[in-house]
Amino acid sequence: MNMEIITRIVYLVAAVFFILGLKNLSSPKTARRGNLLAMSGMLIAVIMTLFDRNIVSFEYIIIGLIVGGAIGAVAAKKVQMTSMPQMVALFNGFGGIASTLVAFAELYQAHGDVAVHANLTVSLSLLIGTVTFTGSLIAYAKLQGIMRGAPIVLPLHQILNTLLLIASVVLIVLAIMYPGEYLLWAIIIVGVAAIFGITFVIPIGGADMPVVISLLNSYSGIAAAMTGFVLGNSVLIIAGALVGASGLILTNIMCVAMNRSLTNVLFGAVGTDGGATASGEKETRTVTNYTPVDAAIMMEQAQSVIIVPGYGLAVAQAQHVLQEMAQILMDQGVKVRYAIHPVAGRMPGHMNVLMAEANVSYDLLLEMDAINDDFQDTDVALVIGANDVINPAARYKKDSPLYGMPILNVDQARTVMIVKRSLGAGFAGEANELFFDDKTMMIFGDAKKVVTDLVKTLKEE
Amino acid sequence: MDLLSLFTIFVLAIFVGFELITKVPPLLHTPLMSGSNGISGITIVGSLVATGAGHSTLATVLGLLAVISATINVVGGFMVTDRMLEMFKPKKDKKDAKE
Repeated sequence: MNMEIITRIVYLVAAVFFILGLKNLSSPKTARRGNLLAMSGMLIAVIMTLFDRNIVSFEYIIIGLIVGGAIGAVAAKKVQMTSMPQMVALFNGFGGIASTLVAFAELYQAHGDVAVHANLTVSLSLLIGTVTFTGSLIAYAKLQGIMRGAPIVLPLHQILNTLLLIASVVLIVLAIMYPGEYLLWAIIIVGVAAIFGITFVIPIGGADMPVVISLLNSYSGIAAAMTGFVLGNSVLIIAGALVGASGLILTNIMCVAMNRSLTNVLFGAVGTDGGATASGEKETRTVTNYTPVDAAIMMEQAQSVIIVPGYGLAVAQAQHVLQEMAQILMDQGVKVRYAIHPVAGRMPGHMNVLMAEANVSYDLLLEMDAINDDFQDTDVALVIGANDVINPAARYKKDSPLYGMPILNVDQARTVMIVKRSLGAGFAGEANELFFDDKTMMIFGDAKKVVTDLVKTLKEE
Repeated sequence: MDLLSLFTIFVLAIFVGFELITKVPPLLHTPLMSGSNGISGITIVGSLVATGAGHSTLATVLGLLAVISATINVVGGFMVTDRMLEMFKPKKDKKDAKE
């Protein structure tokens, strides 16, 4: 058997490992093994590649592996779980730029004399890889707070984006028709794509970032697959296609959970920096202000409690003390569970990770569809740092931006407790009538302070 | 391999991806994203050859940058996923039996 055949078989094995790895992610019991399988697949592919007879020198490879490995390892160890979205955004960006660089190097090395179809795939690889790179950097800057989270809309923004898109298509056609000028086309494509990545992400508001990160995740996979076409390498194509599909599914799930179309998210420029104030008529109704002591007494008498954590909880760093509170209640025989809305947090599944970090076992973390019917038989629904995802206006108020968005049926619980800083509206700017309901107990204050007081009261009894 | 074979692989892999990913529960969507981040670092394979082939300075430099980027992607992606998945623990049954 020659080396070429061995290499291809080993790459096939690596691809199978990736597929098995993703398959094992279907359950939290096997997920860690799945990740290790995918990791092993990558290791096998890398080791096999090092035997490639085209590789004549190793010093730069070793430098690259050490530098990249060290940066990746430190980042993975140090990152806080609340910062996971920007971390993933950054990693997406690195994946994108790697694809661009490889495609460019291949084109340059072959003096443009790549296979006929490669003129198309090189262009696509450069284009998608670069858009992923600059787009991810902007997403990172927004999430990290380096840039304002609010949408930034330039004059004629839509037209500019459309022109960039048309320019990209024209450039790809030119690259195919006049392959002699391959370097020129490649450089212009990278330039246009770099600008497009930026103008594509800056008009998207902070609250819509989960969609953008998912989409860029998908792009990083598609860029890798396109590079696979350039190199004629099937493992890149398979791995890239898997990631591309994954990102697309997550993008769709996020859009459905927000009841928004992808077009509306990408071009709607919806959202503010957060904490929007409700517009319209001045609020005249009053709410009853309860104390943590009132809430503690109420919860002790309850048989079942559902906790609804929102991102505000994580911002206040109150997850750990909340878990402590839940544990005290459970030890007293109260049935406690958590209801997790799909868009809770800043990326798909983010809230689950934040709660898992606070030692909440995953059996208690229930997704919306699994728990929504249980609210009606629940004594207390405790909402902390969430607002839009529990706003009943989403069900019937046709002119509301929230209308049609699936929400948690918190209003069906016998008593609703809402821990909040003020009566302000959520991201969508829609007032929440649940605050004024007779069965609602509003507890104003910082989430961490309120829950700490709750724990104190529960311990005293 | 010819374009059509590559394209066939691509299309089939997308279908496999859809089948696999729809079975991942929302509970694990963040680890799924970071883990698939690691997988998309597969470009490392191409970057290694570009760097080590010793063709020209430019190709080597581009390759080196690609190796660094892809390695950050692979190592960071898989490691952070492992760190997260380690935190996902089931309920301790014994303690739960308490009346």
